Amino acid sequence: MAMEPAEIVRLIKDGLPGAEVRIEDLRGDGDHYAAHVVSGAFRGKSRVQQHQMVYQALRGRMGNELHALALQTSVPDD
Amino acid sequence: MDITVQDRIRQEITGTPVVLFMKGTPVFPQCGFSAAVVQILSHMGVKFKGIDVLSDPSVRQGVKEFSNWPTVPQLYVKGEFVGGCDIIREMFETGELKQLLEEKGVSVRA
Repeated sequence: MAMEPAEIVRLIKDGLPGAEVRIEDLRGDGDHYAAHVVSGAFRGKSRVQQHQMVYQALRGRMGNELHALALQTSVPDD
Repeated sequence: MDITVQDRIRQEITGTPVVLFMKGTPVFPQCGFSAAVVQILSHMGVKFKGIDVLSDPSVRQGVKEFSNWPTVPQLYVKGEFVGGCDIIREMFETGELKQLLEEKGVSVRA
């Protein structure tokens, strides 16, 4: 039921082109990750909307194969 | 989408000012993320209604569709979806959660 970090990064970048993604394996068990996603596409969106965009990019895996992904989103500094 | 489940969720979030869809109950949370949000709300002295999605699979699935949010816990204030565990934690740390609750007329411990 675990997901490889590289796969998570690939899905997020596919869904949000140009995004910067940093993944941390919180427990080293391949099942509890933290992700920090920086994307210009987040500009003007609420936090809920930004997270929804990342979940959308993960295409249904969040809450299923991907049990725990602590998410932090932000807009790039110009 | 099951119309009755969606209607029930809408009734819940509009009938009570602060509603937390969670795994387990406020006294016995069954998941660390749900427990974290309960702890924040309790710390702030916020009265809320906990709805255990584990006791009702239709609500567990229904609330994800309702809010377009794939995970539980989910916090609603005055009928509006505020966020899951990460967002609530972040908003608590920055003081935004207190501000939002006060703006919505929910009493918060000073």
